Amino acid sequence: MNNLIIKNIVLFIGLVLIQVLILNNINLFEYLNPYIYIIFVIFYPLRKEKGSFMFLSFLLGLAIDFFSNSGGINAAATLFIAYIRLPLLSKILNKTDFDFQTFNIRSISFGKSFSFILILTFIHHFILFGLEYFSFNSFETIFIKTLLSTLFTTATIFIVIILFSKKK
Amino acid sequence: MQQIIRFIEKYRYFLLFLMLEIVALFFTIQSHSYHKSKFINSANAVTGGFYKRVNGINEFIHLKSENLRLSKENTRLKNNLLIENHVIDTLNQFLRYQYISAKVYNNNYTKRNNYLTINKGLNDGVDTEMAVVNSKGIIGTTNSVSGNYATVISILNNYSYINAKLKNNNHFGTLSWDGKNYKTVQLNDIPRQAIFKIGDTIVTGGKSIIFPEGILIGTIKDFEQNRLINITLFNDMSALGNIQVITNLHKEEIQQLEATNNE
Repeated sequence: MNNLIIKNIVLFIGLVLIQVLILNNINLFEYLNPYIYIIFVIFYPLRKEKGSFMFLSFLLGLAIDFFSNSGGINAAATLFIAYIRLPLLSKILNKTDFDFQTFNIRSISFGKSFSFILILTFIHHFILFGLEYFSFNSFETIFIKTLLSTLFTTATIFIVIILFSKKK
Repeated sequence: MQQIIRFIEKYRYFLLFLMLEIVALFFTIQSHSYHKSKFINSANAVTGGFYKRVNGINEFIHLKSENLRLSKENTRLKNNLLIENHVIDTLNQFLRYQYISAKVYNNNYTKRNNYLTINKGLNDGVDTEMAVVNSKGIIGTTNSVSGNYATVISILNNYSYINAKLKNNNHFGTLSWDGKNYKTVQLNDIPRQAIFKIGDTIVTGGKSIIFPEGILIGTIKDFEQNRLINITLFNDMSALGNIQVITNLHKEEIQQLEATNNE
């Protein structure tokens, strides 16, 4: 139990530092960055208490905001996807109740996990860029940036999943 | 009472979600208003300290070009010393601006609202609303300040409005950024009678108490019929190293004078 808490703290701090010190400086094609820290929301165990999970997601976003001077945009976006994670998952899997104890994102089929991660990433990025630009005039820019960043982030998340999945 | 408790219990996750989301939106809206001290900024000991550690690598990569830029600046200043007949000003009566050298620890240029973190703060005499430049030209104005660090509103920011003018005549306008390309900024509100052409130099105007007059900004790239002028920046905002913060020594005097005028 304690082991798991320490593991999560290390993951939390590690994700923040990797995001702000490395990934925020990638600037592919001069303006694309992968926001890989949302992997925390995707992988956080379902069986855990929902309130603390939402609070942790909020804190994670806020930590990113502290480093990047962006007000509360990352916190708002991350909290939102943390809140809709469970309803979205049950929608995709066509089940209202599934086994919380043993559920693992790697255990479901590739198509389903792909669409789950893609939708979650898209919503996160849309809120993120929407709040960043904060005007209806730049809707086109927001949409294009959301779309391209979503592809970049999803690709990076899948690379991480393949790299760090345990071999059978 | 019982019903209220039951209601809270039933919707407790939703209420928690709502509460935290409101907090996040509050911070966001606060960051969109210019004249407010912000709680969420990278000018604190923790974030500043992390950026300080990592900056070494970045500095090493740009060492060559940075050295070249500094040596060019030195040459230019030495040439100026030879040309100008200067008076030795022991009483500092001609001194209006003072420069504080600093380093950029963190630099964004891809977002809509870009901020820099620099390694000088209140202890070094850096305060809010001071001009930030380097030898190639304008960079921004300081925003939040802590003991040892400060954040800078880059000119690549929706909330940066800087007084700028054409170098060859004194018509002035406001500098802003449309958020598209980090190499070009926009100049608005240039009067109709002003004559200019592509390639003209734009410098800061003397109408603000933050910037000294005549700091380089860029050259005119193109302009539209409604007089929105696109400007190619002299500065490469993606690679900033050594910078200077400018203190206006007459700032308080000017502000006091303007305050008595308004009464």
